[in-house]
Amino acid sequence: MSAAVLARVRRLPRPRPGRVGATVAGTVLAAAVLACLFAPVLWPLDQSAVDLSQTRLAPSLLHPAGTDDLGRDVAHRSLYGLRVSLLVGVVAALVAAVIGGAVGALAGTLGGVVDRVLMRLVDTIAALPHLLLGIFIVAMLRPSLGAVVLSIGLTHWLSTARIVRSELLSLRHRPFIDAAVSGGAGRLRVLTRHLLPHVLPRLALAITLMIPHAVWHETALSFLGLGLPPHLASLGNMINDGRASLLTGAWWASLTPGLALIVVTLALATLTARWRDRLDPRVRAELQL
Amino acid sequence: MTERIRRRRLAGAGGVVRRRLLVAVPVLVATSAGMFALGAASPIDPAQQYAGAAAFTTSEENLAQIRANWGVDDPLPVQYARWVGNLLRGDLGWSTSRHEPVVDVLAARAGWTLLLVGAALAVVLVASLLLGTLAAYRRGGWFDRGLRASAYAVQSVPVFWLGLAAIAVFALSLGWLPAGGLTDITATGTDPADVARHLILPVGVLALSQVPWFVLFIRDSVADSLRDDHVLAARARGLPGRTVLFGHALRTGLLPFITLIGTHLPEIVGGAVLVETVFSLPGLGAVTVQAALGSDFPLLAATTLATTVVVLTANLATDLAYAAADPRVRLE
Repeated sequence: MSAAVLARVRRLPRPRPGRVGATVAGTVLAAAVLACLFAPVLWPLDQSAVDLSQTRLAPSLLHPAGTDDLGRDVAHRSLYGLRVSLLVGVVAALVAAVIGGAVGALAGTLGGVVDRVLMRLVDTIAALPHLLLGIFIVAMLRPSLGAVVLSIGLTHWLSTARIVRSELLSLRHRPFIDAAVSGGAGRLRVLTRHLLPHVLPRLALAITLMIPHAVWHETALSFLGLGLPPHLASLGNMINDGRASLLTGAWWASLTPGLALIVVTLALATLTARWRDRLDPRVRAELQL
Repeated sequence: MTERIRRRRLAGAGGVVRRRLLVAVPVLVATSAGMFALGAASPIDPAQQYAGAAAFTTSEENLAQIRANWGVDDPLPVQYARWVGNLLRGDLGWSTSRHEPVVDVLAARAGWTLLLVGAALAVVLVASLLLGTLAAYRRGGWFDRGLRASAYAVQSVPVFWLGLAAIAVFALSLGWLPAGGLTDITATGTDPADVARHLILPVGVLALSQVPWFVLFIRDSVADSLRDDHVLAARARGLPGRTVLFGHALRTGLLPFITLIGTHLPEIVGGAVLVETVFSLPGLGAVTVQAALGSDFPLLAATTLATTVVVLTANLATDLAYAAADPRVRLE
């Protein structure tokens, strides 16, 4: 399979959101983040509280999204689930960026055999189903918050490594690098002072693009019962709980957590797509026309 | 095609197979070693795992005896070599979560997963080729814009939530299709018609969750090739629109699509695990989750390695298909 074809396949078509779409997405995301940040102050939740006299109530004014099998308010727990999912998503994306950044920097600066071996490794892991790999990692480390973060980090660093490597390769032969080297700068200094600042914007973009994927991975693991502890309100746990009550007619128990997940990840994806377009000079010229 | 060219291409294909196998071996070694290292680092004691609830009453000597029998206290390289040797001899080990040989579990379950993935892939291919080409033909029109918007929306819906929504609508509200399982509870065997009825929702959900990537890709690909010279030439010769669209534009746009299938296969397998769980299907996905919950290393390692082999084989197949479809690609 030729490299050009592979590159084209990886650069899948993505949405080109306009200014209105980006504004809407930004507002939704800002509201969600603020709600998550201030939730413990404004609307505290006792994670272990159950009320068996209020089980499976349909949506009403008191419980806008209904209650679940154990009489817990679905809307309230969805907010906390979103909070945990976003937190795990951000932390895991950072872990993935650190691993991917290190591998990409090694491959991009050392080149040669190191580059070939590392990139072969990246291609190899990319050919494995990462959900299965993630399940394996979580199972061997026992389900917990740390295991979930590690499972996402170890399976999602590939694109970051590719991006950092290709950026470094294109920067390596620029005149200012030659100037730094002839000025007596060592390999480490060139990497940290001259190369990294140029890679950072793309790296930041890669991390943000990673967050929705990290959130999906966490939710999928939690849904399978391999993620966060079951009593903890997380979107995946809630959708999993709702699966049982779905068969008894309580369809609302997994509706709200699912919608929260879709809306927030869609907003995040739209915003980063806009950001990526602004970063790309060719597209930016198009946008300004 | 003359005999000589055909022979040269066959020889090239043989070279690709050889080279791919040369890559596949290190890949499998690396994967198995990585998994073994993770398993060794795991805090779970296999002897207690084996004894289950009896571990609380079993004496320490008995547990030590089990450990000695299994050689779990041997140096790690020795254990790894023994494990790989057993795998190569076809002995995949004993599943501690299902209490039967791993080979039996794989044999009983793999077929259903392959059926699910294969059927979903077929639906994805037909739907994306048709819809993507139509959208490209009238690009910018309402169909194109609607299709793209819904594709982006579906992309961000987790497949298991999609499955639950499908159950809520088609099984519980409308009552058209069964909510899960492979056969009716009253059924005694696996009647193909019964199984097919039970697979409509899972296959549909898995296909729908994967279709956006393929549809968007085909749409852009065909839209690009509609501007190509040979397409314009075909138009200028007065060929009917349908012939130009499907015979000329789609054909050139199809080549990278083969590669996309290869790179997306792991994604579809991951989706199948979730879909099987949602619809309670007796495939490999459900067993994998059960094994993960029970920290059943032999079964987990076997399913992961088996999937890796299947994906690598599929990648090889897409490579060969690509070369067969495009005479310009030299197999090297």
